[in-house]
Amino acid sequence: MRSDDIVLSTYRGHGHALARGVPIAAVLGEILGKAIGTCKGLGGSMHAAISVSHNIPMATAIVGSGIPVAVGVGLGLKYKGSDRLAAVFFGDGAVNTGAFHEGLNLAAVWALPVLFVCENNLYAMTTAISRTFAGQSIAARASSYGIKTYTAMGNDVVEVYKTALEAAEHIRAGKGPAFIECRTYRQRGHGGYDMGVWYRPAEERELWFSRDPIDLLFNRLKELGYADEALRRSLIDEVGRMVEKAVEEALNSPVTDFKTLAELVYATKV
Amino acid sequence: MAVRELTYVEALNEALREEMRRDDSVIVFGEEVALAGGVYKVTKGLLEEFGPERVRDTPISEVAIVGAAIGAALVGLRPVAEIMFFDFAGIAFDQIVTHASKMRFTSGGQVKLPLVIRTQYSLGRSYGSQHTQFLAASFMQAQGLKIVLPSTPFDAKGLLKSAIRDDDPILFIESGSLYVNKSYYGYRGPVPDGEYLIPIGKADVKREGTDVTVVALSRTVSEAVAAADMLREEGVGVEVVDLRTIQPMDYTTVEKSVRKTNRLIVAEDSVKTCGVSAEVAAYIAEYALDALEAPIVRLNSPPMPTPQSASLEREYMVTSDKIVEAVKKLLK
Repeated sequence: MRSDDIVLSTYRGHGHALARGVPIAAVLGEILGKAIGTCKGLGGSMHAAISVSHNIPMATAIVGSGIPVAVGVGLGLKYKGSDRLAAVFFGDGAVNTGAFHEGLNLAAVWALPVLFVCENNLYAMTTAISRTFAGQSIAARASSYGIKTYTAMGNDVVEVYKTALEAAEHIRAGKGPAFIECRTYRQRGHGGYDMGVWYRPAEERELWFSRDPIDLLFNRLKELGYADEALRRSLIDEVGRMVEKAVEEALNSPVTDFKTLAELVYATKV
Repeated sequence: MAVRELTYVEALNEALREEMRRDDSVIVFGEEVALAGGVYKVTKGLLEEFGPERVRDTPISEVAIVGAAIGAALVGLRPVAEIMFFDFAGIAFDQIVTHASKMRFTSGGQVKLPLVIRTQYSLGRSYGSQHTQFLAASFMQAQGLKIVLPSTPFDAKGLLKSAIRDDDPILFIESGSLYVNKSYYGYRGPVPDGEYLIPIGKADVKREGTDVTVVALSRTVSEAVAAADMLREEGVGVEVVDLRTIQPMDYTTVEKSVRKTNRLIVAEDSVKTCGVSAEVAAYIAEYALDALEAPIVRLNSPPMPTPQSASLEREYMVTSDKIVEAVKKLLK
C-alpha cells in the first residue's frame, strides 16, 4: 500500500494510525480526550486513528460500517481517474453484518479499487466465530462475490506485506476489489474490562501468544543476519523513550474549550 | 427573468441537470435512477446527458447507497444519493444518523461531507403503511445533518441546488403526492428561467395574513395554502409559514408570525407524538407564550399506521378542510 491510499479504520485502529506516521502523542492524546488528540479529544479512543493528513478520514465505532464507506471512497477515486485505492479494515464480527454484504457486492459490481482487510481474531467480543459463522470460511464468503481473495497468517509481517502487495497490484491493474483474510489473535481482551481468558482455551491462547508478530519478525531477521539482541534492545529502549515523551505531551495537553465545539457541527453555517 | 410553469418533478430534474453541468464532482446514484430515469422520473435523461460514470443504478442496498455517498464525499465528490421511499431510510439509519451526521464533529472538524440524500414520502397515494411514512422528526436528533423539505416547484429547484452546493450532509425530503397530484398548489408552479438559489435554514411565508398562523411543511403546505385561499373569501387572514428546512429550524420566522397573529396551528404528516409539530409548538410555548391568545393546535395523523384504502387514507390525512375547521374553531 502507498501512503496516499485511503484507509478506513476502526475502533481498534491505533496501529493503523501509528503505521501511517500519526504522532504517538496525538493518538494517546485522543484516548485521553485532550486537545492534542487527532480529533481534538472529541472522538476518543474509538476514533483516534482519524487523521485526514495521513489519509485516514474514518475510524468507525460501529462494526462493519466502514465497508460501504470504502466503496464510496473507491468510487470517488475511480471517478477521478486516480490509481489510489481504498483499504478498509474490519474484524471477523463484521462479516455477519448487512453492511459487509451490501458493500462487497457493490464494490464487485462496480469493479472499484477497494482492498478489504479482515483481521480475523476468531472472536467477536467473547463469542467464538464457530458459534456465529455459517459457511466454509470468511475468505470463501468474500470470493463468492467474485472478489479476488487471499488468506494470510496475520501475525507474520512478511506474509501480510507480500499478500498486500499482490492484492494492491491486482486492484491497481483495474481488476476490481481484493480481499485479504488475516488470521490473527487478540493479545488481550476486547476492552479494558475483559482479560480475554474465560472464553478462550488455555492451549489456544498459548499457541497464539507463541506467534507474537514482533517475535516472529525479529527471529526471521536474526536468522537472516539483519538483527541481533543488541539491536532489539536498543529499538525497545528507543521506542520506550518515544512513548514516554508522548505520554508526557499528551498528559500536559489542555482539553479543548467547550465553547468551540458548536462550531464543529456544521461546515456551512446557516 | 422569464418565468415558466414547471411541475415539482420537472423542477427537481432541472436542478440536478444544472448542478451536474456546473460541477463535474456531482454524481447521482440510487435504485432505478439511471436506465429507468427514476421511478417518478426525477432523474429522467440524466444518464443520457451525463453518462454511466456519473449516473448509476445501484442494487437494493440502502446501507451501501448511503455509505457510498459518504465515501465519495470524503474524497471530494458531491454525491446525490436517492433513497426511493423515505420508509427505506430506516435501513440506512446507521449510515445517515451515526456516520454522515457525526463524522465532522467526531473527527474534530477534519472532514466535511457535501452529500445529499434525496428521498420522498408518499402519503396521499394509497400506498399503505410501509410506503407513506413521514419520518422527518426521527432524524431531527441527528445533529450535523440538515433536513430540507421543498413544497413547490420553485422551492424544489432552488433548495436542491443549494443543497448540492452545501458542504454538509443533507436529507432532502420530497413529497410523492406533489409528484402526481395535480390539484395541489405544489404540483405545478412558476419557476424563473435561469439560475437562482434558496438559502437553507430559512422558512418562507407562502400566504400573508393577520388572524392565524399555520405552520406547514412539504405536502401540508399545499393543504394550508388551499385552506388560506378558502378562508380569505370569508374574510379570514391565514398566514402560511412553510418551514422549508427543519434542521436547523428557522424559529425566528415562526415566532415573528405568531407575534403578528397571536394564534398558531401546526400541520404535519406524521403522528403528534414527538413530531416536527411538537417541536414547533414547544418552541412557541417556551419562548412566545405571551404572544398567544389561544392554545396551540397541532394537526397530525391519528396515532396509527397509514391505512391503505384511499378513502380511509383521506380521513387519516391532514387536509385543507381540517385546517379550515381548526382555524374557525380557533377564532370563535
